[in-house]
Amino acid sequence: MEFPIRIPVGRWADLFVTWLTDHFSTVFDSIKAVVEFILVNISWFFQVIPWPVMLIALTVLAWLVSGRRVGIMTFVCIFLLGALDLWMEGMATMALVATSVLVSVALGLPTGILAAKYKRFDMVLRPILDGMQTIPSFVYLIPAIMFFGIGNVPGILATVIFALPPMVRLTSLGIQQVEHEVVEAGHAFGCTPGQLLFKIQLPLAVPSIMAGVNQTVMMALSMVVVAAMIGAGGLGGKILYSIQRIDLGVGIEAGLGILFIAMVLDRILQGLTQKQQQALIRNER
Amino acid sequence: MNENSYKIVCENVWKVFGPNPKRIIENWSEYQDMDKVQRLDETGCVVGARQADFKVERGEIYCLMGLSGSGKSTLLRCVNRLHEPTAGTISIDDQDITQLNQNQLREFRRAKTGMVFQHFALLPHRKVIANVAFGLEIQGVSKAERERSALEAIELVGLKGWENSYPYELSGGMQQRVGLARALAPDPEILLMDEAFSALDPLIRRQLQDEFVSLIKQVQKTILFVTHDLNEALRIAGHIAIMKDGAIVQQGRPADIVLHPAPGYVEEFVRDLPKIKFITANDIMESPDPWLQSKDMTLESVRNNMEEARDRFNFLVDENNRVIKIIDYYRLGEIEADPQSPCPPDAYQCRFPLETATTSTFLEELLQLGADSKVPIVINDDQGRVTGIITRETLLTALTSA
Repeated sequence: MEFPIRIPVGRWADLFVTWLTDHFSTVFDSIKAVVEFILVNISWFFQVIPWPVMLIALTVLAWLVSGRRVGIMTFVCIFLLGALDLWMEGMATMALVATSVLVSVALGLPTGILAAKYKRFDMVLRPILDGMQTIPSFVYLIPAIMFFGIGNVPGILATVIFALPPMVRLTSLGIQQVEHEVVEAGHAFGCTPGQLLFKIQLPLAVPSIMAGVNQTVMMALSMVVVAAMIGAGGLGGKILYSIQRIDLGVGIEAGLGILFIAMVLDRILQGLTQKQQQALIRNER
Repeated sequence: MNENSYKIVCENVWKVFGPNPKRIIENWSEYQDMDKVQRLDETGCVVGARQADFKVERGEIYCLMGLSGSGKSTLLRCVNRLHEPTAGTISIDDQDITQLNQNQLREFRRAKTGMVFQHFALLPHRKVIANVAFGLEIQGVSKAERERSALEAIELVGLKGWENSYPYELSGGMQQRVGLARALAPDPEILLMDEAFSALDPLIRRQLQDEFVSLIKQVQKTILFVTHDLNEALRIAGHIAIMKDGAIVQQGRPADIVLHPAPGYVEEFVRDLPKIKFITANDIMESPDPWLQSKDMTLESVRNNMEEARDRFNFLVDENNRVIKIIDYYRLGEIEADPQSPCPPDAYQCRFPLETATTSTFLEELLQLGADSKVPIVINDDQGRVTGIITRETLLTALTSA
């Protein structure tokens, strides 16, 4: 039996996106230029540093932040990345992830702060964030290509859309969870709204915000293969290549490379978060 | 007492939480018989504080006392507008603070009030000194200067040497000292204390109360103190307001509350309190005048006066009303002096010692003094002048009513 009505959402979306690209190309071009600028600089940083220096630096960082075990693990992981002949790709992926995370934090932190402050904004934002997280990422690859062409930039922006929600949510949550009495104390001593935010709310929300950064990093990593489909390079590109050629060896090696990077970044960020959390938990004793 | 001696004057202050709160106040007669739940169901509003009138004298500790949900903390928060009062006026130094705009309010809070919180509300990521300096920091005071003031405040609350610790390294009692130091550091005129000692264990609480009372005498602040603990209120307060369901049911000095409780709620509250610990000499003493004989009077007129009053003991006083000697009627005959002229004070003899007390001496102690001596107890003011007399009969009468 025929369904009585057919709502042409697809066509509308099509028209809308075409209209956007027609009328706002300068906006998209400038966004592209900014993201490209950040990416180029970060990529340069990751590529110019010789591997022994990077290896030692990451190991020392992990050791200091998360202790000896994570330090050793980091050394092994990063060393293996080079030993699998994935150094350049690995660093390219690092640069992509770093750029995505940077953009996500730069957008997510202020958005989260606003969401914590204004209930209405939060109500509008909530379904949008849900959508960003649940609509399969392949779907917004298409408009990304239409707005930005193919290459690293649309890959990063698709990643940002996917990785932004936890940053916004955990920032907002962190601020809302600051003990009511402490906020009252801020008011009682005559804080301006800015002082309240920077001297009380943000410092106390740091553990939650750091958890948000951690999540964002993990989600960005999980997007590298998808982003590769529209031309982002790095380990994701390698995996995509292996899928297209059904080359198991390349796929496994690149997959391990992503795993190593994920483990290192996760443990380092967790270490950072835990230190903050411990300070707060001890206080609530 | 004239109006100017009051630091905080609250008149008809209401705080109603919920939508369209004014209508509750305007039509209070319709709503006053409902209980809280019924009122919430019908109007969506909760009455936090209502019809609150109270005046706090400069330099005193004023306690708002009530059980949880009685509106005491709400009322306290109206005074620095952490809660915006729905109606009424709150005057501090004759300035109605309910009319201040946001900037003025911020200035008012910075200049005039400090606040201490039940759960301390310290900043866990800051050291003690940075916590204490917080109030001055947000006022834009330079680092060197605010740390100097902070150190003074830290020393005042007895935490010297702990300034570089973090709050989590301190015990609860010490954390609340930090909270107190933080409130004192900007040198505000008013301290608002919200259940400041309630989260501490009883021994520490008592110790902190005592220290607080003596500290407050040094720094000369006006204090509004919220507590659910009647004993605490009675120990530290100059005046107490007892609250129930958002309204003040009785206010007065601690002794007034204990000795003349309002029927019903307050009466129930103070029933089990040992009253001899609250009744002071001031509450029961008689006028001293009939008992005093000037040292310029002749021996004969002294004798006549005492005979007429049928007193065994009287007191010889100097021109400043200070007691010099006890006069024992039975031993007047032993004095060999001219009855027509004043006799030297040393001539009067009495084998009983002179017992003196002050107006704030409690009945408990007066009973002890009365048991030791047959001579009435002389009550002196702080300059040593006689202001009252307490006889054994007075003590017995006071005991029966206690």
